[in-house]
Amino acid sequence: MVNAHKWRRAGWIAFLILPALVIMVTFVIVPIVSALAFSLYEWRGTARGAFVGLENFRQVLFQEPFGSWTRNAFTHNVIVFATLMVIQNGTGFFLAYAIFKEPFGFKFYRVSFFLPVVLSTVIVGFLWKLFLHPIFGLVNQVLVTVGLDALALPWLGDSRTALGALIFANAWHFVGFPTLIYLAGMQRIPSDFIDAARLEGARTWAMLRYVIWPLVAPATTIIFILTFIGSFNWFELPFIMTGIDGSPFGSTDVLGLYFYRTAFGNQTAGIQDFGRGSALAVLIFLVIIVVAALWTVYLRRREVTL
Amino acid sequence: MTAMAAATRETRGLPTFKLQPVLMQIVLISTTILMLYPIVVMVFSAFKPTGDIYDQPFALPDFTNFTNFVKIITETNFPVYLTNSFIITGTSILSILVFGSMAAYALARYQFKGSTFLFLFFLSGLMVPLKLAIIPLFIQFRTFGILDTRLSLILLYTAMGLPSTIFILTGFIRTLPIELEDAARIDGASELRIMLSIMLPLTRPAMIIAAIHNAVPIWNDFFFPLVFVQTDARKTLPQGLTIFMGEFNTDWGALFAGLTLSALPIIVVYIVLSRQFINGMTSGSLK
Repeated sequence: MVNAHKWRRAGWIAFLILPALVIMVTFVIVPIVSALAFSLYEWRGTARGAFVGLENFRQVLFQEPFGSWTRNAFTHNVIVFATLMVIQNGTGFFLAYAIFKEPFGFKFYRVSFFLPVVLSTVIVGFLWKLFLHPIFGLVNQVLVTVGLDALALPWLGDSRTALGALIFANAWHFVGFPTLIYLAGMQRIPSDFIDAARLEGARTWAMLRYVIWPLVAPATTIIFILTFIGSFNWFELPFIMTGIDGSPFGSTDVLGLYFYRTAFGNQTAGIQDFGRGSALAVLIFLVIIVVAALWTVYLRRREVTL
Repeated sequence: MTAMAAATRETRGLPTFKLQPVLMQIVLISTTILMLYPIVVMVFSAFKPTGDIYDQPFALPDFTNFTNFVKIITETNFPVYLTNSFIITGTSILSILVFGSMAAYALARYQFKGSTFLFLFFLSGLMVPLKLAIIPLFIQFRTFGILDTRLSLILLYTAMGLPSTIFILTGFIRTLPIELEDAARIDGASELRIMLSIMLPLTRPAMIIAAIHNAVPIWNDFFFPLVFVQTDARKTLPQGLTIFMGEFNTDWGALFAGLTLSALPIIVVYIVLSRQFINGMTSGSLK
């Protein structure tokens, strides 16, 4: 009787858990582990060949031209990450502080800043691609109207400005996200802390630097990690705005595009290589895991516990 | 507290900055313009003939001129893409909520061997960049014979949505009072009945958060359809957008109409449910 009850309970729990477990294992765990295994084989197009050990890794890292392509794309990912941290997330921090003080209309500001976040990257990408058109785009039309003709550049067509233009579009798309994460962090600070600092005469800068910034460290940690993962997975925006080859002249090539090109080919080179593609995926994955783990440990240590 | 002491030492005795609220408003208003003006221009341009977009970019359009919208709806597969996006997002969210709430309920309500491990296992899926497993997924779907189907996307999105849903729902169900459950059990209700008619209805607020948290990225996803779906009749909205953006290349009026129509559904829902959207999309990032 007791045993029958026990088995029924176990069966009931299994019935609840198993569907989710099977789906997760089949479509997340198995593919991630397989990606690692696949990188150790030779591939002819999409058919698996012989075991070749680390040969695919040697090729993408050290054999030309793949090595320079990898380094070029990797450098751009690092630039994208660093710039987004400063421009997008830094702006988010200050905007959060501005809204945190609940000025007139703060609810409207909150909803407006977050609006682009809900849009698809495809929409945002096409929108800014049209706006950045050298002659008829909104950006240059505005610049010419206010007399800054010299600044009306072919933003996406020049290899010196293209990556910056993409980063700007990304910041416009997502700035509302760090803003609201920081805002939630600030709202969680006990009001005595802020009142005490204010009573002692702390001005805005001192308040931000010595009171708020250390106390929103948990928000910084999560924003840092999400921006890092996002930057090293960057694909849609450059794909839409500057194309699969990272035009012009590879100046906007990033690991996501390079990985996609290697795995699924492009119009010009049409070659598919699942071996080198898998090796790239594993390398990107390792970078994300290692950096995210190290930085989480480091950033958590500087978080102030309340 | 030493930091705070330093802060006050530095600034004691200085007059407070009265201009500040005004400056704050200026910053906030200009940021709002920067965020909303592009969207306003997108909508306005959708009502303009292409020539006007080029010549008078700042002029108000004739809002009764629906030529561009008609062109998009009649000359492209826009209605098909929209329907596919609805089917795929709807089915994925439904299965995420069904399987997610089942697992979350078990993890939150029953103590059993391995329950902590299982919870951590599901959690580990939270930040996995599944894009990087696209090659194995492609081969797996080819083996299952579901490449180029809507089902492939639904299965994948369900797997991607489960970790966050289980995380959000488990946390919520744990806060529900256990007395409710015990009372029903004494009355002789079965476990299934307790779950379906007592506990899960109470979980609705958390389910809405979990649904929005996952529906937005699924609705907006471009990468997985790009790899898995080739047949035009099965493509989703973001993917379809890339097709008619190519077709209408120089017809900017039609392009802006296409963008406006694609952005419209989610913008409308966002404006109506902005609080739930903001909570849903930032949840999981907040402890």
